[in-house]
Amino acid sequence: MPEMTYLEAIRQALWDEMKRDERVFLIGEDIGRYGGAFGLTHGMLDEFGPERVRETPISEPTIVGAALGAALVGMRPVAEMMFMDFTLLTLDQLGNQAAKVRFMFGGKATAPMVIRMPGGSGTGAAAQHSQSLESLLMHIPGLKVVNPSTPYDAKGLMLSSIRDPNPVCFIEHKLLYKTKGEVPEGDYTVPIGVSEVKRQGRDLTIVANNVMVVRTLKVAEKLAGEGIEVEVIDPRTMRPMDTETIIESVCKTGRLLVIHEACQTGGWAGEVIAAITGSRAFDYLDAPARRLAGKDIPIPYNRALERAAVPQEEDIEREIRAIASGQY
Amino acid sequence: MQEAKSKKIEPRTTKGDYIARARRLNLSDEQLVEFFSTMCTIRQFELMADKLYAMGKVHGTMHLSAGQEAVAVGTFRAVRVDDYVLNHHRGHGHFIAKGADINRMMAEFLGKDTGYCRGRGGSMHIADVEANNLGANGIVGGGIPQSVGVGLALQMKKLDQICVVLFGDGAANEGVFHESLNMAALWSLPVLFICENNKYGMSMDVEHATAKLPIAQRAEAYGMPWAYVDGNDVLEVYETMIEATRHVRSGRGPVLVEAVTYRYFGHSKSDRNLYRTKDEIEDWKKHRDPILRFKGHLLHAGIFDEAKAAEIDAEALNVIEKAVEFAEASPEPDLSTLTEFVYA
Repeated sequence: MPEMTYLEAIRQALWDEMKRDERVFLIGEDIGRYGGAFGLTHGMLDEFGPERVRETPISEPTIVGAALGAALVGMRPVAEMMFMDFTLLTLDQLGNQAAKVRFMFGGKATAPMVIRMPGGSGTGAAAQHSQSLESLLMHIPGLKVVNPSTPYDAKGLMLSSIRDPNPVCFIEHKLLYKTKGEVPEGDYTVPIGVSEVKRQGRDLTIVANNVMVVRTLKVAEKLAGEGIEVEVIDPRTMRPMDTETIIESVCKTGRLLVIHEACQTGGWAGEVIAAITGSRAFDYLDAPARRLAGKDIPIPYNRALERAAVPQEEDIEREIRAIASGQY
Repeated sequence: MQEAKSKKIEPRTTKGDYIARARRLNLSDEQLVEFFSTMCTIRQFELMADKLYAMGKVHGTMHLSAGQEAVAVGTFRAVRVDDYVLNHHRGHGHFIAKGADINRMMAEFLGKDTGYCRGRGGSMHIADVEANNLGANGIVGGGIPQSVGVGLALQMKKLDQICVVLFGDGAANEGVFHESLNMAALWSLPVLFICENNKYGMSMDVEHATAKLPIAQRAEAYGMPWAYVDGNDVLEVYETMIEATRHVRSGRGPVLVEAVTYRYFGHSKSDRNLYRTKDEIEDWKKHRDPILRFKGHLLHAGIFDEAKAAEIDAEALNVIEKAVEFAEASPEPDLSTLTEFVYA
């Protein structure tokens, strides 16, 4: 199986789907000659032309609104927010319009659209270019929220997202763009709403998303040498979330830790913990369900401050050891 | 109309005898009577909506368009049945003019399962997607960016339909208005932007909300043709829209039309009309009412007489009363369906 980066995997999915389905088109800022701020759409203008790689003025609300309008009349737009933070500019079109159009109109309208949004900190981009807003988006009924952590999942989930008849927020993590992994050639999908156990373990269930999956897996390998076996679950889709896999896992391990980069207050870890404590898994808990999340602050610029704002490998290790030794 | 961009669209036949203008537009007596009849239907729908509310039969709010009927009829007789429409929450008249089923509209207004949106949308969100009516929007200006996307899709599919988006003077001060006009003009999209300037954005007088009037002139900033019309003259609206749709459909890009009109009812049910005088409202009703004015022209030309006009209005009321009967006899949505339609 060929190896490619997370970024290349997403590009491959867009490329293949645009070849397969002429209704699919890209719309966003600087996605043409520039190739997008991260180079993800590099080369696509030459291949597909300016009509299907539609470069826009800097007008985020109308980018999302136009994607919605096109989707309502049968197109399959993939809009790009240059940074996830810019999604906040578009909340009317996303939250009031795209998310609700089907419901408001009694099931008659469909809005098959994808909004790509690179999120996350770690690049020194400071407070307005580093946020993790998945919890905010998953609060709105009508939206689906997807965030892959591997190149394989990124391609498979992008293909599922474009083919999904609903608005899908496709969250990419900037630190993952250069990570490599095996990605099959050709068509395959990773279903929306199905989590994956990325590592089996008997002692503790950790639920983490995007870059936190990568960090947690590293720590898990290290601690395995000491006899602590961590099970790592990547929800892959934040909404709809596959809580059943998490419940199963906690019934086995009796311990739960949820890790996300997003700010703690109102973060989705609370949602997972509520799902566990409200389920049959509650009876299996041998320790308090815990969360490790980003600090409740905007992301700072300074390297050390930025690093300290979100969970790092050493934080994850410390938390796992605390849970394993009963010292929380 | 001028070929060059940023020219004001001047109706060609503003001068002379009113009915002679209609003739030059190839409108038959039957068509003119139908204009009148549809305006009466809209008026009766809105009067009935107000009455039903007063009777306590309406659960939510409503935004009535009585007084603005000429914009609806003049526009939708100029566009094609298969053209797309997006509008905002004062939209009953637009849908009636586009040919919506009055029964299903009234059922939606009363929140019934037989309504266009199965009782999920109510007055503010009536839509008939199958008839290319992409729905009314409760967010001021919210539908405007979507018209850009519809126009984009039509252009990409090389279809000759256009997208008509109607909004109020208040929406013209939303940021998306400017973004959308820019993008639609930039890409020469088949979008007809119609600003119904009814003088108030809720209570805010347009002159206190807008730095420079007319609103339509803003089109010049985007190199787009524009027109400023008497929105209470159905023939002037119709004629302008014929010109505008011809331009838009020909692939030469969007047009912005501002139609000046007036709403008789308050903004919504909470409105006590504290921001305008009774005299002002009465003056519009007495001297500038779109239905009375048009009726006067048809009477003057002998196209119908008072008795026929009264009969048409009575028939309009009859249609609305039947719709109320239909709606009241219709079932409520089944509670077991509460969570349906969130996802496809």
